[in-house]
Amino acid sequence: MGIRGLAGVLFLTVAVIWYLSGLEGYKIFVPGLAQGAAMTLQITAAAAVLAVIAAITAALSKLYGPAPLRWLAITYIEVFRGTSALVQLFWLYFVLPVFGITMEAYEAAVLGIGLNIGAYGAEVVRGAIISVPRGQWEATIALNMTRAQALRRIILPQAFAAMIPPWGNLFIELLKTTALVSMITLGDLAFRAQQMNQTTMKTVQIFTLVLLIYLAMSLAITIGMRVLEHRAARGILRARAA
Amino acid sequence: MIEFPMVSFENVTKRYGALTVLDNLNLTIARGEKVAIIGPSGSGKTTVLRMLMTLETIDGGVIRVEGEPLTHMERNGQLVPADQAHTRKVRAKIGMVFQSFNLFPHMTALQNCMEAPVKVLGLSRDEAEARSTELLEMVGMSNRRDYYPSQLSGGQQQRVAIARALAMRPKVMLFDEVTSALDPELVGEVLQVIRKLGAEHDLTMLMVTHQMGFAKEFADRVCFFHSGQICEEGEPTAFFQNPQNERSRQFLRAVLEAG
Amino acid sequence: MWDWAFALEILPTLAKAAVVTVQVTVLGFLIALVVGLMLAACRVMLPGTRFPISLLVELIRSTPLLIQIFFLYFVGPSFGLTLDALTAGILAVGLHYAAYCSEVYRAGFESVPRGQWEASVALNLGRWTTLRDIIIPQAIPPVVPALGNYLVALFKETPLLSAIAVMELMQSAKIIGSQTFRYNEPITLVGLFFLVMSLASAWAIRRVETGINRRYKR
Ligand SMILES: Nc1ncnc2c1ncn2[C@@H]1O[C@H](COP(=O)(O)OP(=O)(O)OP(=O)(O)O)[C@@H](O)[C@H]1O
Ligand SMILES: [Mg+2]
Repeated sequence: MGIRGLAGVLFLTVAVIWYLSGLEGYKIFVPGLAQGAAMTLQITAAAAVLAVIAAITAALSKLYGPAPLRWLAITYIEVFRGTSALVQLFWLYFVLPVFGITMEAYEAAVLGIGLNIGAYGAEVVRGAIISVPRGQWEATIALNMTRAQALRRIILPQAFAAMIPPWGNLFIELLKTTALVSMITLGDLAFRAQQMNQTTMKTVQIFTLVLLIYLAMSLAITIGMRVLEHRAARGILRARAA
Repeated sequence: MIEFPMVSFENVTKRYGALTVLDNLNLTIARGEKVAIIGPSGSGKTTVLRMLMTLETIDGGVIRVEGEPLTHMERNGQLVPADQAHTRKVRAKIGMVFQSFNLFPHMTALQNCMEAPVKVLGLSRDEAEARSTELLEMVGMSNRRDYYPSQLSGGQQQRVAIARALAMRPKVMLFDEVTSALDPELVGEVLQVIRKLGAEHDLTMLMVTHQMGFAKEFADRVCFFHSGQICEEGEPTAFFQNPQNERSRQFLRAVLEAG
Repeated sequence: MWDWAFALEILPTLAKAAVVTVQVTVLGFLIALVVGLMLAACRVMLPGTRFPISLLVELIRSTPLLIQIFFLYFVGPSFGLTLDALTAGILAVGLHYAAYCSEVYRAGFESVPRGQWEASVALNLGRWTTLRDIIIPQAIPPVVPALGNYLVALFKETPLLSAIAVMELMQSAKIIGSQTFRYNEPITLVGLFFLVMSLASAWAIRRVETGINRRYKR
């Protein structure tokens, strides 16, 4: 679907949410779900920032770091990709205190989800960097640039365009993963939904609204990333030396 | 003071696994000399240039640039593998133009030329721009200075690439089949730039080429490579009119037949 | 901090739960494979279903699996569909990954050259016969590694079923934790189990991938 089509679906979704929240059976859930949605967005944003930082750091360490740093990066990537996000959250929240590190649920949530998505992101970043043609590296050597200069000025800007679509998918994954924080008692959208479900048993109304809200958030992320992709493509990153 | 040759290969050997690509190569190039390297495919021509540009490691021997070892440095009278600083110092004397241009696609022609002078040589943006504009002028590209590589023809891209390499003021320029990726009608404009460069500057040039006519007219010396060794070398007119070696004769016959 | 005796003591309980985890993984993935293929095939064969199916797939992929599990488990009864937790969980996981798998199959179908369809028309093969005998056999092998990656992804999401109290690994670990106030050993052991299984399957997928590449190199 094109950006316009997506925007249309987003508009429709928001309209339906708007319509439903005016109806009698749904009205009472709106304030609680709105609070939950705010928490979901907040965790998503914070974890996304952490994920990007972790991904770039890990990818560069794995590619160019000295041996110990490289092994650290590989271990981080494999452990966080190899185990479940939920297990990681529980580990941060319930096990780390045993080692004397205590965290708020919110901190554990952002840290766990950010590092989890960051591990997948590291492979995306690494893939994009190594997909830059070898000739580009050779040109930087012929111009006597340092490796840091080459990375910053020549390689990363080109890798950036290739990274945007997979990061779009990762941010959607991230948003969906935030639902897990409800299981460490954080008041996000999924948590509020369960809570209200237990007290009112109006299951259909609650979960329909919640699904629509998540859908709207996902669509917004997809559209944002598509716009970014368009911008990058227009910055003439396409056609390589023909 | 002893006048060192600009570049010298001393018993240089290069292997890829079990394959010996260059076998005890000895080659000395004087300051300002224009050397054309010709030979059949796979004979190691590209490898010679890439080693000099430090794009490949070497497995034996020494390469010197103005007497200074390139991949080694002297410490306590002994040759040890060069560190980063030494490599970069020596490498600054060399520039290279690639068969596939390797322009930076996210930068305009002018930005491509300015990038390294600003970042590596530490020139101010104004100085770098003046220098780049002048060079783009020389290669006939000043009217396209704000175009991106994807908006330029192959010949135009290659001329920008030449300007970009020159902006670093190298003493030695390496050209690896710089016209091979071009449509036939664009070859002339690039060769014209190289001719002009040879006439106006005192550059040492090493070029791998399949353009025999150009090699004959332009070079001071022709080196004919065959399986990692120089089979025959000499003054171009003599070489092309009367090659001594059986292999060179075969090669020239094959090239002439192909047109 | 780490009690070996305790770890050993809870191992049998966790092992029993691991069986459930594997069961969920296998059954869930079977559903994903079959339903995913059906979705992808319908999209190719019945142009009218293209839009509704892609909408459904987008909806499933855009919303959290956890919510979908709740939805099936809690909302089902309002439509006369009462499922026990395990069944609801397996179904939810399976349908969630069916959406992902259908996209993989679709890419596989698209990688088969148009000429194959045209040659089949020239041989007067029926459309469904062409799909079954000509297209699918060519489309599936190249996408096996991608499907394998989703198998691993599905496996790693099975702990979500603990939210509806399915007695899989995570639920078991949580219960041990709440009873003994020791979360350290059970959760770390569960993590290790996932890590080992994931690394092993990643290795297996790579082997399969090289095998397929060798056989199908065009
Ligand atoms: N990275 C590499 N790994 C293994 N072998 C290589 C590599 N690069 C080059 N070779 C081999 O080294 C030999 C010389 O290669 P080189 O590129 O120098 O040849 P050339 O004379 O430039 O040929 P051409 O005219 O085709 O460009 C060839 O046999 C080639 O297969
Ligand atoms: Mg070559």
